[in-house]
Amino acid sequence: MTPTYYLVLSAALFTIGAVGVLVRRNAIVVFMCVELMLNAVNLSLVTFARVNGSLDGQIMAFFVMVVAAAEVVIGLAIIMSIFRTRRSASVDDANLLKY
Amino acid sequence: MTTAHGIQSAAWLLIALPLLSAGVLLVAGRRADKWAHVVGAAVPVVLFGYAVMLFFSVKGEGNREINLHLYSWIPVAGFKVDAGLLIDPLSMVFVLLITGVGSLIHIYAVGYMAHDEGRRRFFGYFNYFIAVMLLLVLANSYLALYVGWEGVGLASYLLISFYYSRNIAATAGNKAFFANRVGDVGLSIAIMIMFAYVGSTSYADVLYGDTQLTKGVATAIGFMLLLGACGKSGQFPLQTWLPDAMEGPTPVSALIHAATMVTAGVYLIARSAPVFDVSQAARTAVVVVGAITLLYGCVCGCGQDDLKRVLAYSTVSQIGYMFLAVGLGPGVYAIGIIHLVGHGFFKAALFLSAGSVMHAMNDRIDMRRFGGLFRVMPITYGVFVCGYLAIIGFPLATGFWTKDKIIEAALDKGGTSGWVLGVVALAGAGLTAFYMTRALVMTFHGERRWEDDVHPHEASRSMTYPMIALGVLSLVGGYLLIFGGGLQHWLTPSVGPSVEEGVHTVSTLVLTAITLVVVALGVLGGWVAFGRKPVPISQPVGVSPVTTAARRNIYADAFNEMVLQRPGQWLSRALVYFDNRGVDGAVTGLAAGFGGGSARLKRTQTGFVRSYALSMLGGTIAVVAVLLAVRFQ
Repeated sequence: MTPTYYLVLSAALFTIGAVGVLVRRNAIVVFMCVELMLNAVNLSLVTFARVNGSLDGQIMAFFVMVVAAAEVVIGLAIIMSIFRTRRSASVDDANLLKY
Repeated sequence: MTTAHGIQSAAWLLIALPLLSAGVLLVAGRRADKWAHVVGAAVPVVLFGYAVMLFFSVKGEGNREINLHLYSWIPVAGFKVDAGLLIDPLSMVFVLLITGVGSLIHIYAVGYMAHDEGRRRFFGYFNYFIAVMLLLVLANSYLALYVGWEGVGLASYLLISFYYSRNIAATAGNKAFFANRVGDVGLSIAIMIMFAYVGSTSYADVLYGDTQLTKGVATAIGFMLLLGACGKSGQFPLQTWLPDAMEGPTPVSALIHAATMVTAGVYLIARSAPVFDVSQAARTAVVVVGAITLLYGCVCGCGQDDLKRVLAYSTVSQIGYMFLAVGLGPGVYAIGIIHLVGHGFFKAALFLSAGSVMHAMNDRIDMRRFGGLFRVMPITYGVFVCGYLAIIGFPLATGFWTKDKIIEAALDKGGTSGWVLGVVALAGAGLTAFYMTRALVMTFHGERRWEDDVHPHEASRSMTYPMIALGVLSLVGGYLLIFGGGLQHWLTPSVGPSVEEGVHTVSTLVLTAITLVVVALGVLGGWVAFGRKPVPISQPVGVSPVTTAARRNIYADAFNEMVLQRPGQWLSRALVYFDNRGVDGAVTGLAAGFGGGSARLKRTQTGFVRSYALSMLGGTIAVVAVLLAVRFQ
């Protein structure tokens, strides 16, 4: 197999995710874009594991999934509480922590 | 050198007793006010009694240099200093002078300070002075002498600024302290040199020890000792403090700044005779300093209107004579010491009678407001005349025996320098006669120029009796000292034999005649200038430049101000400026730079998550780019 397609797909997904994080204001969307970036990285990890014939990359991908799951729980909880207090899910509105 | 025994072993009491009484008087507070002066005046009398017994005890010894070891003072590895006293003819002369004249002046002070609130404090300081002065002359090492030296400096400072609430007195105290500091640096350097080259500071090791001082070392020590002596004795160029020291109570001027403390420099040089014997340069310096100061004091004395200042300048000039004598070298030391003792008598008499006048005139001291006092104050007048006759060298009075010998010795030095010194000393005698006549005439003769609220009267008996005693000593003391070469022979073990019977440049008889003529001219000049016509109440203006210079102490104060004080001020101002702008500026500038920088930097913390995300992305891309660049360069 050639890893090129997988890597190109992974790069494309990562780029979409990164651009989404930078340009979207809605916290949920930003959140999903972060997930997209994580999974793009997972894809490249698995691809390289396959190319090299070692399981290291796949184990790493599991770790990323676990961390991502935990992060989803906490992140969603934060977004929920922000939304409840400010009636808004825009990340630009939550800018109180500054100079 | 013999060891002390019998009554001599108690010599430490000479220092301990007055120190104890000073401590008691100063610590006891107001409850001691009633009896403080009695104790204070009794202590020096007791000491004088003991000193007389000590004198006879020493006189009976074959070897009259007695060492009294007290205790081991600084026992550090290689540096060992013993505290001990050296009782020898020279220190014995000083002990008798200090306790004897000191007793009389203490008794005088009982009356003089009777109406002063600070009398207890005064006697405390006075006894303290006696203690440290005796330590100075009795010490058997330069280090112990240094302790006494600093001690008398402190006593002098405390007593000059005794009326500390008066600004002028406080300033005069500071001036004395600073001038003495300059001299003390010299003395301490001399002691350090001694320790470095001889390894000891005791007289026995430094002066008569196995280590022969090389010429260079002796010159260095000699010059540094001379600097110390100049500071303490008010000699050129450190003389300006002494006239200002007259701000203290008059007994202080009499005891400390005329009779005893200021002669400590002469003592130091006479004591260090072996050092000066090695170094001709140091010896010449002593002579030059003495000659300059002698004339300086005389000229300044002619221009002063303040009676005590006239006497102060005359002290400066008389100590100049003593320096001249001790600088002339072996054989003349004893004459310098004799003049010192005689000067102690007549200058104390003059100061005490000046104090009596001042006391009678409501503490005014301007001679232009005196005049005609001889009728109302006959005793004071008599004592002043005794001192006057003694200081100008009237035949058979003290100065005639002591000062003329110095003039003679200066001429006997031979060569051009001998003539120059002799003529300077002779001119000094004439000027002395002139300004003392001026002071006598302006104070006691002529018409009365008193202010309206002044009612002069003779002083109380506790003041007049000591005055009379000193007046009599001024008249006959010189003869007693010189009688049969008594004091010269007595001093021989300490300073070497006196060369009286040398070849004279000018025969004694002729020289005496010349001196008397010069003195008579001085007296005549003083009487013509001030005795025949009324003395103006205010200082005449439009006088000759010489008079102006004499009034302003030949610009010595102005010189010090221009050359030392002003540049010092400029330097300190420049340093303050550098400290404020330079050092402080660097520190505050650095802090301000960090503060401003961080204020700007914190603006990047906008609170927008997406801009943080962008910077993270940018950073990541930069890191990756660098890695790639390194990998595929």
